[in-house]
Amino acid sequence: MSLEEGGPESPESDVTINMMSFEDTELTLGLPGEGRSSSTTTTAAAVVNGAKCSAKRGYIETVDLNLGSCSSKPRGHGDTSVHDSGAGKPPAAKSQVVGWPPVRSSRKKAMNESCKYVKVAVDGAPFLRKVNLQAYSDYRYLIKDLENLFSSSFTIRNYGTCDDDKEESKLKDGAKGMEYVPTYEDKDGDWMLVGDVPWNNKNFSNMFKYCKLS
Amino acid sequence: MSEDDERQESPPSDLEFSSNKARNYNATGSGSGQPEIQSPYSDQVLENVLENVLHFLTSRRDRNAASLVCKSWYRVEALTRSDLFIGNCYAVSPDRATTRFTRVRALHLKGKPRFADFNLMPRDWGAHFNPWVLSMAKAYPWLEKVYLKRMSVTDDDLAMLSESFTGFKELVLVCCDGFGTSGLAIFVSKCRQLRVLDLIESEVVDDETDWISCFPEAESHLESLIFDCVESPINFEALERLVARSPALKKLRLNQHVSIGQLYRLMIRAPQLTHLGTGSFSPSEVAGQGDQELDYVTAFAACKSLVCLSGFREIVPDYLPAMYPVCANLTSLNFSYANITAEQLKPIIRNCHKLQVFWVLDSICDEGLQAVAVTCKELRELRVFPFDAREDSDGPVSEVGLQAISEGCRKLQSILYFCQRMTNAAVIAMSQNCPDLVVFRLCIMGRHRADHVTGEAMDDGFGAIVKNCKKLTRLAVSGLLTDKAFDYIGRYGKLVRTLSVAFAGDSDMGLKYVLEGCPQLQKLEIRDSPFGDAALRSGLHHYYNMRFLWMSSCRLTRQGCQEIANAMPGLVIEVIRSSDEEEMDDSVETLYMYRSLEGPRKDAPKFVTIL
Repeated sequence: MSLEEGGPESPESDVTINMMSFEDTELTLGLPGEGRSSSTTTTAAAVVNGAKCSAKRGYIETVDLNLGSCSSKPRGHGDTSVHDSGAGKPPAAKSQVVGWPPVRSSRKKAMNESCKYVKVAVDGAPFLRKVNLQAYSDYRYLIKDLENLFSSSFTIRNYGTCDDDKEESKLKDGAKGMEYVPTYEDKDGDWMLVGDVPWNNKNFSNMFKYCKLS
Repeated sequence: MSEDDERQESPPSDLEFSSNKARNYNATGSGSGQPEIQSPYSDQVLENVLENVLHFLTSRRDRNAASLVCKSWYRVEALTRSDLFIGNCYAVSPDRATTRFTRVRALHLKGKPRFADFNLMPRDWGAHFNPWVLSMAKAYPWLEKVYLKRMSVTDDDLAMLSESFTGFKELVLVCCDGFGTSGLAIFVSKCRQLRVLDLIESEVVDDETDWISCFPEAESHLESLIFDCVESPINFEALERLVARSPALKKLRLNQHVSIGQLYRLMIRAPQLTHLGTGSFSPSEVAGQGDQELDYVTAFAACKSLVCLSGFREIVPDYLPAMYPVCANLTSLNFSYANITAEQLKPIIRNCHKLQVFWVLDSICDEGLQAVAVTCKELRELRVFPFDAREDSDGPVSEVGLQAISEGCRKLQSILYFCQRMTNAAVIAMSQNCPDLVVFRLCIMGRHRADHVTGEAMDDGFGAIVKNCKKLTRLAVSGLLTDKAFDYIGRYGKLVRTLSVAFAGDSDMGLKYVLEGCPQLQKLEIRDSPFGDAALRSGLHHYYNMRFLWMSSCRLTRQGCQEIANAMPGLVIEVIRSSDEEEMDDSVETLYMYRSLEGPRKDAPKFVTIL
């Protein structure tokens, strides 16, 4: 469980871009829930192997996106396919049948490559966020957005999603003007902000365990 | 866009040549009868007249019929046939074809059966283009056009194509493989008259050859360049120069390695385009390209002839508004690689009043389909592909979307719909609302899945389709289906030519109904259904009228298939096993059976046994 509640560490927003060397920001992808060991890794900016995700994650380790290590296997001959979207879904309970559904492999491959949602956790933030890597053309934009996403979580001021034009779904306590943020607990036990993943996204409805307003 | 167009088909005339249909038309006549003025050249005159008249006959079916009238017509028809279509490359040999038809300018050739697309057939099964190009190089030096589907084409074949035919103009490769960028490089460098190079859903090996640079430097005659399936990067500067020197270019479909900034540069050079594949539709990965600042709206607005748009391979939806200026003119839109939501689709689709062909991902959900139904009253063809093509994934589209489309798009002729949930009611509604349906392909991705509201099998839905859609020629069924569904198909599907069946039926009766009931059946592909030897036997009367029968993971035995082989010498019966299997027990994993004038082919690989 990576949620840090009331931890003594200072918020990760202290880490600026300048301090990160290129290797620090090297991205590895780990499936949430996979390889979670109780042993903690150091918070040093080591490249985290895609298979391992430590329970306690600093900012750098959290943004791990090595696409090579967890790519889905080709779907020939009844392999169980592994999802690399970071959605936290375990391998399918049924083994996939060869050639079913009848979608050409070039199309399946293109779909796998087109959408990569990964979880981002920051120490001290009350919930995690999800980010679609495919929407970014450059590290600079990704990191900028991450800063925006997490700076707001400390003021609980503005959590509307940026990809849709929908209004922010704020709920106000009429009497006291307090604002509520909807969050949900997903299958891995992480608390996620509602709205980061498009409503129609695959596996979205499998993600919820609890939903609460806090 | 690639489509399996169902053109009319009749049995090859060769098979029927020995039938009694040929009347002996003798122009000089016998001595009896009126003494007409008979010049010794009347035969010749008549043949000339015939030749001139037959030139106007373009339809394959009409030509096949004309060739059966008598020997004279057969001969003249053969001389005047310039477009040669061969639906199964193994049904007839290249030499037989070139001997009969001596003045062919365009060849259309199809190879592997469709289920090969879904990894159901080991690689290197066959369908080699090589013997054809060798034969044609000698027979048709004036050849201009080659269209291949599901054929194996090597780099050497491409080289030979470019070297053997000086006036070669058009090459279209659909679902082909076996060649790479180096083959393309040779081909484009030597075809000086090239007008069309369309690579559609083909596998192109990346030899790291810069083939775009190999087009001749002089002004090109290119009218169509389609390479969206090529997975390797291309030399953009060379492409830009090529587009600049191709004033006749109308169709350009880029691959995902072309960024939106690069797309902009091409569009401003080619505002005359009618068909555009937009590549990635996202900014370059190279920092500092300034892709964000370009005026995409103006670039689109300048393309006043644009009617067909595709691509969007790695779409960043923020750029969608750029296409607003062209929506009103679009007749064809392919969003099937664009992971967009209903909200992102709506502003686009609400302007697409003229849209006739729409391919899309199910990410738009039922809500997106409802929006399509509201605006696209001219829609003829809809394809909804799954973003997540697994059996147990969530289904963003359902019977709700299908119902909406049926109510809004009454002129629908062709539909391919992937979903996880469906009801008989919605399918019945579509059968009633869309009487013009010619192609109905419904893929309920969970195997054996019933109507999710009633819990019943999907028999009645498909039954309604064959009953109410009187023009239906192509059908693909799915979901939980009993023999009853096949009874309906046999009873009402009198025009059905292509039928695809997977995980359906209860017993041999199912297949029997179809083989006995559907006189127009040409192509039957079945997988994982409980049909056995008895069912196979029930089609003996019909197999010579079919192009092929495919049955995999059914209940066939060697013995059953051997019986068919013994009874029908004009059929080639291939028993295919997966390539790593050595043992051959009595059960048949895959049967692929087709009529042929040539008997067993000589290029069959080890894993194919021909009975």
